[in-house]
Amino acid sequence: MLKSTGRLALAAAVGFGLAAGAGAADAQTPKKGGILTYVVASDLPSFDAHQETTFGVIHPLAPMYSLLIRVNPANPADPTDFECDLCVGSVPEPTDGGKKYTFKIRKGVKFHDGTPLTAHDVKATYQKIIFPPEGIPSTRKAFYRAVDNIEVPDDETVVFNLKFPSAAFIPAMASPFNFVYSKKDLDEHGLEWHKKNVNGSGPFKFVQYQPGAFVEGVRNEDFYMEGRPYLDGFRSIIAPKMAVRLQAIRGDRAAIEFRGFPPKARDDLVKALGDQITVQESDWNCVLLSTPNQESKPFDDKRIRQALTLATDRWGGSEYLSQIAIVKTVGGVVFPNHPLAATKEELHKLKGFYPDMKKSQDEAKALLAEAGHPALKVNFSNRGVDQPYKIVGTWLVDQWRRVGIEASQRVQPSGPFYDTLRKKKDFDVSIDFNCQSVINPIADISKFLGSAGSNYANFEDKELEDIYAKLEREADQTKLRELIRQFETRALSDEANGIVTLWWYKINPHRSYVKGWKIAPSHYLGQQLDTVWLDK
Amino acid sequence: MSKYILKRVVLMIPTLLGAGILVFFLMRLIPGDICELRYVATGFAVDQEQIDICRKNIGIDRPVIIQFADFMFGFFTFDPGPSMWTDKPVMEEIGLRFQLSLQVAIMATIVATIIAIPLGAISAIKQDTWLDYAVRLFSIAGIAIPSFWLGIMIILGLLIITQEVTGIPWMPPIQYKPIWEDPIHNLSQLIWPAVATGYRYSAVATRMTRSALLEVLREDYIRTARAKGLIEKVVINRHALKNAMLPVVTIIGIEFAFLMGGLVVTEQVFNLNGLGKLFVDSVTNHDYTMVQSLVMLVVLIFVVVNFLIDLCYAWLDPRIRYS
Amino acid sequence: MTTPSETAVEAQVEDLQVKASFWQSAKRMARKQPVGVAGLMVVILMIIAAIFAPVLTPYDPVINSYEYILTPPGEGFLLGTDQFGRDIFTRILYGARTALFVGFVAAAVGSISGLVLGVGSAYFGGIVDLVLQRVMDVFMAFPLIILALAVVAILGTGTQNVIIAITIPFIPQCARVVRSNALAIREIPYVDAARALGFGHMRIILRHMAPNVMAPFLILFTAFVGQAILLEASLSYLGLGVQEPTPAWGLMLQGGAEEYAESAPWVAIWPGIAISLAVFGFNLFGDAVRDTLDPRLRSR
Repeated sequence: MLKSTGRLALAAAVGFGLAAGAGAADAQTPKKGGILTYVVASDLPSFDAHQETTFGVIHPLAPMYSLLIRVNPANPADPTDFECDLCVGSVPEPTDGGKKYTFKIRKGVKFHDGTPLTAHDVKATYQKIIFPPEGIPSTRKAFYRAVDNIEVPDDETVVFNLKFPSAAFIPAMASPFNFVYSKKDLDEHGLEWHKKNVNGSGPFKFVQYQPGAFVEGVRNEDFYMEGRPYLDGFRSIIAPKMAVRLQAIRGDRAAIEFRGFPPKARDDLVKALGDQITVQESDWNCVLLSTPNQESKPFDDKRIRQALTLATDRWGGSEYLSQIAIVKTVGGVVFPNHPLAATKEELHKLKGFYPDMKKSQDEAKALLAEAGHPALKVNFSNRGVDQPYKIVGTWLVDQWRRVGIEASQRVQPSGPFYDTLRKKKDFDVSIDFNCQSVINPIADISKFLGSAGSNYANFEDKELEDIYAKLEREADQTKLRELIRQFETRALSDEANGIVTLWWYKINPHRSYVKGWKIAPSHYLGQQLDTVWLDK
Repeated sequence: MSKYILKRVVLMIPTLLGAGILVFFLMRLIPGDICELRYVATGFAVDQEQIDICRKNIGIDRPVIIQFADFMFGFFTFDPGPSMWTDKPVMEEIGLRFQLSLQVAIMATIVATIIAIPLGAISAIKQDTWLDYAVRLFSIAGIAIPSFWLGIMIILGLLIITQEVTGIPWMPPIQYKPIWEDPIHNLSQLIWPAVATGYRYSAVATRMTRSALLEVLREDYIRTARAKGLIEKVVINRHALKNAMLPVVTIIGIEFAFLMGGLVVTEQVFNLNGLGKLFVDSVTNHDYTMVQSLVMLVVLIFVVVNFLIDLCYAWLDPRIRYS
Repeated sequence: MTTPSETAVEAQVEDLQVKASFWQSAKRMARKQPVGVAGLMVVILMIIAAIFAPVLTPYDPVINSYEYILTPPGEGFLLGTDQFGRDIFTRILYGARTALFVGFVAAAVGSISGLVLGVGSAYFGGIVDLVLQRVMDVFMAFPLIILALAVVAILGTGTQNVIIAITIPFIPQCARVVRSNALAIREIPYVDAARALGFGHMRIILRHMAPNVMAPFLILFTAFVGQAILLEASLSYLGLGVQEPTPAWGLMLQGGAEEYAESAPWVAIWPGIAISLAVFGFNLFGDAVRDTLDPRLRSR
């Protein structure tokens, strides 16, 4: 057994070497044929992606539908690289003072039942998403608040008119959940039909679904992208236990899993199979935070909250935790390495991100004493999921213990956990997270606002709201960056409303014969599988 | 006899009803609700409005008393309604998993019986010899070793050994095919959980066989048979075993009832899409309708099995048979 | 004050019961059941480990040490460390406390409740018996998983609530067995005779029924302890049992069993062995107790 540093080095070398190898291999010509078998951790409650929020819907069904625009599957790490899927040319720039977006729709696209696809289908789809009638849920409706109406001047053009210009519009339109449905289906069968039926225009056609077991798809011979898809078909097998998914890849019962594995699992696979395994790694658009409940005294005192964040050794934690959990990068409110994210130097200025941990801990103890709670007791609510919640939770409890805070961790299954977080609110500090699909910093950081529906800290901060209102409409990138730094400093350091821990890290070891799949910073992106081929 | 049967059948109803009522209220006492879990648990920010629409569509926004009335009506008309999570009929969801669970249960029973009866018999006949101790140790190990641990070790062992021997790691299929469709695929998947479960199952049955046989061997008619000069083997096979079988069959029957829907952990380890998995998923998702239906099903199986066993005993007891 | 006739009745009654003093039984068992004695040794070992844990190991079972994550056995850590750098040997020793506590309390509460209900049900008969039987049926058939999930979700996680969840299936199991034994006694005419002589309910139950069900009760109790330890492990595996950072064998298996099965197998192997050994010991001991107390199973 290698010592921990040796193992780290091996993993790094393996990661670099194989990722480089994967890059070179992309220059090969794709081969046609073969069935891709993959495992998915979650079942799907229904087929209607407009309603659902789980990747259990995306992984088996995204290959069967088209989107209007999408994140470029060949370059998903670049958060500004969107390409046209159903539209023609490149993603349109807005006209009319930033309020009008005109999309030209491809000609010759057909749904799997033969119906031709026109701009009317796109409009019907987005009507359902943005302006659903009563009783029809649309879980991302709020992303499209800026949209005023949708027009179809002719069969090949669809126009979105906004109420005000919004830089968050295009990323929202690229959401992988915006499956384009056929207007004919919606008119004839109603808006609930897509919960149990599939009729898309994507690279693969629906074959069968065995509930709780698997989804099967077969190549769409009439797909509009020349030469694609390369695969004959795919099989998406549901396997809730991580050990099973891991073993499936090892035993070649599945070739790949799209969400990610913890670091040790990757090491085991690499050790067992050597170069038959390729590893792709990326930062993940998900961050774990701990949220103090400001309705529970004394957590309304910002000194206490600052002490909590000061006690957390993020830099050190990143080293240890990245060996056993799916977290790694230290970052602020914005996805790390995004142009709008803080640099290391800028982070060092924030409380809790100091390079000198001893100084940080001393400051924490001083603040606790000053606030009158040198031996603070914390009722800490956590979610009963191992990766990374329980691991990070246990780590946090230990970090706080080192400055004299005694936290008792209350781990609950998901249902009661959410009840505690959202309704009962009987916690001092809770684990919380901010996960998004498309990287959309302006929209993503709204989580830290007291007024946000997904904010569970129970506070009001007018100054923070003002900063956000300004940056929401700021067009100049430099000024925007400056405003975001202000926002970050106030939210994480001065007020410590949300104590960001570490950003998640996506590790995808897969069988080397799977080519053409590029890891994205979110497991929802790049899953249409039209670029994937098997080198067998 | 028929009066006895009728009485027992009628007594099944309050048990079922009791179980149904218990699960109805128990589930609703657990904090959290299905719509929240469906939309929020993935980490996205979802408006309360959307969650409310979902709740209204499913019907959990109605007062509990109305939901209860609905449930009672469904109970007596044998129509529980659709699953809250998938909106498909409950029977459809259960039916798919029932097949698999039944097959695993039957295979495990076969494995258990093949092991238990001969071993239990040997252990009883050779009581207090090293053979007896060996069998007892073997069977207690079956009870002591956590079955999920055993399952994990089995799969890992298969992977590692096949890789050592053939260079290619092999693991059982993770996807179910019915036995009439592809018998080899089916058996190569289900034999392992059947063995892992059957081993544990056999432990209980072995001990029961042993003690039942020991009891029978003390009986007078056995002494008579021996005094008559019959060979020991005939004594055992013709007289003792037969009479010892009743309690053994009882135990096997009861354990079988537990196997249906009770194999939660085993199904997780071997990735079987069975009733146990459906159970856990439904409870985690707060799918009240599904959980209620599953509990009723499991309780029904349990009650029916017990009834059949009691029927056997009643048949054998002339006081009841001829009344 | 008892009259001479009452005393005579009682004397006869006592003759009818299996009359063996505790020490006589114990001596018989030790002679005839060496395997059972081995089981007892295991149990005693567990108890020693639990009581003397702080003395037997210098490490703390709860504090994380990130410099020592996943160290293999040897070099200062007898059985290696887990993913938080905690010494596994230490956690196994302290885990014995949790296991014994959960095991004994669950078994005790479960079997005593079952005893009371079973005897009461048998003695009073009629409507009481009928209703109690149905309730027991419901709980016996009810899947433990849901019960455990519900208990944990409503009351929260933690050792206390795990005990409650585990105890519930024991009660009907015990009640059933006790009831059928007690029923056998009830039919014997001496109970009617005793009632005719004016003895109160409690006296009859305590002096005549209860001792006869002692044997199956003891057997069940020892079996329950083993079962409870296993159940706690299963519940922890499903995430419903004791929570971090409490040292508990089932919890150790849950965190480590699958993820580190290959790179750090010691994380999963030792807790698994501890559980198996403990359950093994209790069952062996329980078997020996039963063989001793049940005259029908004694060897010729």
